[in-house]
Amino acid sequence: MRYDSLLDSLGRTPLVGLPRLSPAPTARLWAKLEDRNPTGSVKDRAAFFMVSEAEKDGRLKPGSTLLEPTSGNTGISLAMVAKLRGYRLICVMPENTSAERRQLLEMYGAQIIYSPAAGGSNEAVRVARRLAEENPAWVMLYQYGNEANSLAHYETTGPELLEDLPSITHFVAGLGTTGTLMGTGRYLRERVPGVQIVAAEPRYGELVYGLRNIDEGFVPELYDESVLTSRFSVSSGDALRRTRELLDLEGLFAGISSGAALHAALALAGKAAAAGQRADVAVMIADGGWRYLSTGAYAGTLEEAEARLEGQLWA
Amino acid sequence: MAIEIRIPTILRSYTDGAKSVEGSGDTLADVIADLDSRHGGLQERLVDDSGLRRFVNVYLNDEDVRFLGGLSAPVRDGDTITVLPAVAGGGL
Repeated sequence: MRYDSLLDSLGRTPLVGLPRLSPAPTARLWAKLEDRNPTGSVKDRAAFFMVSEAEKDGRLKPGSTLLEPTSGNTGISLAMVAKLRGYRLICVMPENTSAERRQLLEMYGAQIIYSPAAGGSNEAVRVARRLAEENPAWVMLYQYGNEANSLAHYETTGPELLEDLPSITHFVAGLGTTGTLMGTGRYLRERVPGVQIVAAEPRYGELVYGLRNIDEGFVPELYDESVLTSRFSVSSGDALRRTRELLDLEGLFAGISSGAALHAALALAGKAAAAGQRADVAVMIADGGWRYLSTGAYAGTLEEAEARLEGQLWA
Repeated sequence: MAIEIRIPTILRSYTDGAKSVEGSGDTLADVIADLDSRHGGLQERLVDDSGLRRFVNVYLNDEDVRFLGGLSAPVRDGDTITVLPAVAGGGL
């Protein structure tokens, strides 16, 4: 397939069957390979849409500086788009994110400002908000509250899934900004009666929940509970185990959040199979495993990998 | 058998530092009321007039209770309830 430029190759990612993981011929799992996007993650969709919308409404002008809180993937996607479109990018990133992400961001020419590990992405959001106030000329696209983030999935991911899998019964994805689930979920709900939209939320070690006060918690502005049918909390151990099963049984080298989504998907498909119901479950593979090699997630026993992952942000 | 409730670091001042405590009841609301009888003040940190507090997430056997009936979600002996503060999650 031929494209005029890298950005033109965005989306239209493959949907591949997972026959060995599927619990029954009538309860099938399908993986949407978002690592096949220009910088290797689902975030390319949101980054491209957020920048394009900001250009359209005049917020972004040639030479503008972008500021974004990100644990990595969105930063990398924005860094690529910013480079091609002539913007400067400053990322606010928790210090406990993987080395690969930092190196990639620096290669793309982005500047990184670190936020404390304790508090995870909450803290990155807080630091970015403060910087945005201090530097009014900088443009914070703010993936957690930018409608263009979910719009990207309403206009691309949703239609792609329905075209490739008209019999879809479940859509399962990791829950972060909630943009993927909100956009894809709304599109599918409007067209597929009874479709289930299911979130798999990473459950981290205690460090990440190190708030001083529970009222400092954070719910992304994009989040609309009514789009979801259920939401599962998936531990690092379960996510890692499923990530390895993807590779062992299907040959798919995915990031750890994809293992979390698979964990929820398997529970749903298993339930459908046990009840004798037909199921076609689409699972988002948000990125490949490459960006997590340095976390130790793919080396040694599961127990060792889980211990190494403690305190790190893996999604 | 009882119901195990896992308490996040930030609320362990109410449980004398315990990471998990036991409770009983037929619904989530019952269990929280039962906990409050031994760990006074906990209920108010979890629940307000409109239901579960906005930045409190409660999972019943790893599933978000907001999709299981909220405070009236039925619970059974042997269930595990996990309380977590809402934080900016993954895939970012």
